[in-house]
Amino acid sequence: MEIFVSIIIGVLTMCAVYLVLSRSLLRIIIGTALFSHAAHLLVLTTAGLKTGAAPVLVNGVTEFTDPLPQALVLTAIVISFGVTAFFLVLAYRTYQELSTDNMEEMKGTESYD
Amino acid sequence: MINLPVFPIVIPALAAILMMFMPKRVQLQRAMALGALVMTAIVSLFLVHTVSTEGIQTLNLGNWQAPFGITLVSDMLSALLVTTSTLLTLFIVWFAVHYFSDSYEGNYLYISMLFLLVGVNGAFTTGDIFNLFVFFEVFLMSSYVLIVLGGRGVQLRESIKYLLVNIIASALFVMSVALLYGVTGTLNLADLAMKIPLVDNPDVITVIGVLFVIVFGMKGALVPLHYWLPGAYVVAPTPILAMFGALLTKVGVYSILRTYTLLFDGNGEFLQTFLMVLAVLTIFIGMTGAIAYNDVKLIIIYNIMIAVGVILYGISVNTQTSLEGSLYYLIHDMIIKAVLFMLVGMMIGITKSGQLRDMGGLITRFPVFGWTFFVAALSLAGIPPLSGFFGKLLIVSGGMDEGELFGPLLVLLSSLFVLYSVMKIFLNGFWGEAKREYDGPLVPYTKHLIVPVFLLLIIAVAYGFGAEAIHPYITQAIEPLVNPEIYIDAVIKE
Repeated sequence: MEIFVSIIIGVLTMCAVYLVLSRSLLRIIIGTALFSHAAHLLVLTTAGLKTGAAPVLVNGVTEFTDPLPQALVLTAIVISFGVTAFFLVLAYRTYQELSTDNMEEMKGTESYD
Repeated sequence: MINLPVFPIVIPALAAILMMFMPKRVQLQRAMALGALVMTAIVSLFLVHTVSTEGIQTLNLGNWQAPFGITLVSDMLSALLVTTSTLLTLFIVWFAVHYFSDSYEGNYLYISMLFLLVGVNGAFTTGDIFNLFVFFEVFLMSSYVLIVLGGRGVQLRESIKYLLVNIIASALFVMSVALLYGVTGTLNLADLAMKIPLVDNPDVITVIGVLFVIVFGMKGALVPLHYWLPGAYVVAPTPILAMFGALLTKVGVYSILRTYTLLFDGNGEFLQTFLMVLAVLTIFIGMTGAIAYNDVKLIIIYNIMIAVGVILYGISVNTQTSLEGSLYYLIHDMIIKAVLFMLVGMMIGITKSGQLRDMGGLITRFPVFGWTFFVAALSLAGIPPLSGFFGKLLIVSGGMDEGELFGPLLVLLSSLFVLYSVMKIFLNGFWGEAKREYDGPLVPYTKHLIVPVFLLLIIAVAYGFGAEAIHPYITQAIEPLVNPEIYIDAVIKE
């Protein structure tokens, strides 16, 4: 099972890298979202995908899955959600301001003071 | 006062939360921000005093035993860095009060600055690797807000690149933490330091160590992960740039210092060489950029890279002497970079241009400003007895003791390049003929602005002259890095 999920993580990362290297800003944001997915899946996978009950204390259950990576993933998900929301709004504002979605056109050396 | 380590994190956070209720009342915002920073500075100085008398302060949050909960660890290294970053933020906010217009300040500016300090102080104090990631995100999120505040086209353009690089670095950070957790089954730094030597296959740990160097190198602008730095920093307004240049890259350097000395020391050989090569490359690229440009901001930005390379070289040599030098130089560099960015921002404010070809003759109009810049420039280059000297001296002698020759010589050569690049600003900007009329209203403007910068420079000079008095603190800060057992015993009490 870990092998299978690892392959999926690899495919996700591959797609993320491909999308991040593209020109369109929205594709880049989709790429970063995929990258976050890959990272979160990796956290769950490296901790071991052992079979067991959900980590909720119930009488008579002795085998639980590891609760710690789930907490880590929950934290990482909300952080990446916040950052992605900010990134989307930033992309929207950039489109309004520079009227382009193409990263190739976002060049220049002038600084601002 | 068992809760002492948490105060430098909580005070600015509480102040920022309170300030959110009245974002448009600029006077009150200023007062509250400065008040909170003064309180934090006092507390952090008290923390330094406590650590120097009673040893490492640890705080288990929520009374959970050490490896199971989150532990905050204030050893002398983090206490010194917390103090430095708090003082710098205080002076930079003071500078920002005079620098920005009221409408700019009404947009949650000080709140973001305080949250940036919360993240930085937290990253310096935490004893848990995932908590370190969270604090990284806290200050990165604040830095995204600060870098884009104002919303000009140039800022938006460069913010996207800055954001993208940092999102990728953060995802890599999560991946590294995941791999480390998969191998060891723990997240507490001290516990990790005990578990890592027990791992069957040390090569896995080396790979994870390289991953961490890549992650922190992205934050700390090591070559070849530095490409985002010049563009992103050059568009930020001066006080924000001073804060970024002084604090953000240095957190990456601190994280490399902490993880390398504590976790990956046993896998030394390969990682040490790897770090050394990166340090040398960083110094090279920094030197090249510092002499190539005629834009004052870019010159100082490339000087950040030189400093990061020099500090990293000291870390990679990894002896008592060189680590002392690295820490000494790290604190000096934080202070002096903030001073220089603010001075350069004032130059740009007066001449309305960032290019050296539009400047000249400033010293006749602003003598105090000119000589302040001169002292700051000498201090940056490491002329004794100013503050940059001792750190570099210890790094060079530490490298020499290890039989290195190329590294120490490169560090010395880089000082020459640093001196040339900042003297280029001084000679072209302050001496010679005025290239254009600097009109009147700017003079009171600089009179207000020069005060915090001047005071900060006095602190930097005192730090150089008082090197002997500071030395015991530096030595105490290096102890847990050379002997990780001290750190582990302080955190995990039997």
